[in-house]
Amino acid sequence: MTREAIFEELTEIFRDIFDDEEIELTDETTAEDIEDWDSLEQINLLVAIEKKFSVKFQLSDVNGLANVGDMVSLVQRLVG
Amino acid sequence: MSILDYPFDSALILQKKKKLKKELLLKEGLIEKKIAILSGSTIGEVQNILELFLLNYGIKPVFYQGQYARYYEDLMFDDGALKDFAPDFIYIHTTAKNLENLPLPTDSAEDVNAKLNSEFAKFKACYEKALGFGSIVIANNFEKPFYRMYGNKDAVVPQGVVNYTTRLNLMIADFAAAADNFYVNDIDYLSTLAGLDNWFNLESWYLYKYAVSVDRIPELAFSLAKIIKSALGKNKKSVICDLDNTLWGGVIGDDGVEGITIGNEQPAGMSYTEFQAYLKKLTGLGIMLNVCSKNEEAIAKKGFTDRKEAPLNVDDFICFKANWEPKHQNIANIAKEINIGEDSFVFIDDNPVERDIVRNSLAVTVPEVSCPEDYIKAIDRAGFFEITAFTKDDAKRNEMYKQNAQRAQAQASFGDYKDYLLSLDMSSEIGAFSAAHSERITQLINKTNQFNFTTRRYTQGEVDAIVADKENYISAYAKLVDKFGDNGITQLFIASVEDKTATIDLWVMSCRVFKRHFEFAMFDYFVKQCAARGIATVKASYLPTAKNVIIKDFYEELGLTLVKEEDGAKYYTYTIPADYKNKNEVIKMEEV
Repeated sequence: MTREAIFEELTEIFRDIFDDEEIELTDETTAEDIEDWDSLEQINLLVAIEKKFSVKFQLSDVNGLANVGDMVSLVQRLVG
Repeated sequence: MSILDYPFDSALILQKKKKLKKELLLKEGLIEKKIAILSGSTIGEVQNILELFLLNYGIKPVFYQGQYARYYEDLMFDDGALKDFAPDFIYIHTTAKNLENLPLPTDSAEDVNAKLNSEFAKFKACYEKALGFGSIVIANNFEKPFYRMYGNKDAVVPQGVVNYTTRLNLMIADFAAAADNFYVNDIDYLSTLAGLDNWFNLESWYLYKYAVSVDRIPELAFSLAKIIKSALGKNKKSVICDLDNTLWGGVIGDDGVEGITIGNEQPAGMSYTEFQAYLKKLTGLGIMLNVCSKNEEAIAKKGFTDRKEAPLNVDDFICFKANWEPKHQNIANIAKEINIGEDSFVFIDDNPVERDIVRNSLAVTVPEVSCPEDYIKAIDRAGFFEITAFTKDDAKRNEMYKQNAQRAQAQASFGDYKDYLLSLDMSSEIGAFSAAHSERITQLINKTNQFNFTTRRYTQGEVDAIVADKENYISAYAKLVDKFGDNGITQLFIASVEDKTATIDLWVMSCRVFKRHFEFAMFDYFVKQCAARGIATVKASYLPTAKNVIIKDFYEELGLTLVKEEDGAKYYTYTIPADYKNKNEVIKMEEV
């Protein structure tokens, strides 16, 4: 799966969860850039991503996620 | 259908929760309730998703969230914050992760007993403390452990955590059975339905201290919402069933009574038989059954009378509408005849077109059902009839409504309405609220919508406070008996007394005793109580809702004076005349 395709799916998930159609994601987007992105929503994002791409994250996968770029790389690694 | 209706897509709910909340908050007539959540693990989404399900039931929660994992301290050593919040409900979200004293293989049986007793004592202390706030208390029982030291034998030996949890859950069940206002949220069953490996996952626990997997939180929250709406009297009351391919297989008009599929001879027959048996059991809980089917009535009834394998009989139904009128008209008529709101019905029909028409034209709930083997699940899991309080009156409800049908027939033979009422040979026990009746009183207050002037809801704690305070309240319950049977407690009255003025806070009457002059009997009693206290001034109000239009002008009929009208709300005063003449002439009163 291309990074572009993953970005597209992630954008939809982010827009749903934060109920904000204006969200645009880049590799550098972090929790600092989205007002409601707290630890609780981080969990929701991960659960929604797992569901969307039919993948299962391990403890070590999600501990070091610094930004959206990391998320995309993680998904790409798992779905191949 | 809302995406919050069973069967729901949990992932979709979690993902769309913000948007859903915005939409639900636009609903009209939401009732506000204060809910404290005290937890042994992360609450987070539990509260957010519970809010959605409650809003879907018309309940707007205001939350108080305890500190993370400090349910015990929050309850036992409340600094006044919880008390000040005055919760209507307290939810104690504890799970197997909060069992601190689990048995070990090195324990003796006596050691395990001691651990179990002290574990239970700790939770019991919390439950009792929570009940002391006068709230309705809901607590989880405990799910099974995710590993078993003894394998299958874990269920057998006292040192096994499976065995230990089973015993603890039974102790909690016994406590709940004996306590008023305490309900168990059965996560042992929920986790079984979900599968333990789905219900709990270690990643969520290690990372975020969620004791329930995030994607299972909607199921947990839905279960809680069902208990809360039931305690607030928002259960459904009645099922309306189609017949052909719903209660039996085939079309009785075409296939003939011998051609329909029912009974345990074939697999399809078994599914219909089991569904009928399920409905029959529902009647034991006071749920009323009705038929609405496009059929010839005489032929349709043969499906029950001539097929002995059918668990249901014709007289299990209150209304039997088998004709060729549109179904939504028949259903509207059933609602009128039984005299309960359309939104108290669940309609089961195999035909998607009929379901759609009924759903779009009436407030009736119409579950999506695809095949007979799913019918039971569609009713059961949706929790339409979630039981919290179950009173003797509930058990007798079907009988009472059947008697009402007989009364309607008797009425037809009288020219003068008063003669008819006298012929009913009515008598009523009336008296101030008492502790013995407070459960039924609370239930009736919270579920009555039509004859209800103020639509004020009371918790059992508030009712108990009125029972205890005879000085500042005039309260009354009334039972009604007639020659066809006992209707039980069907009318309630609360007035608060201040400076020789009585203000009617609440007056409700069950719809099944409308038009019997029973309301006059209550007013007479109230006047008498006022006189005994030297009160001559009465204040009253009518606050309009979507459902109480029927009594809009009732206070005028009683002779009260309208002093103010504002947005449909009406405010009255009344000076009790020295020569007040009793308005009830048809019911024999017995004051207790």
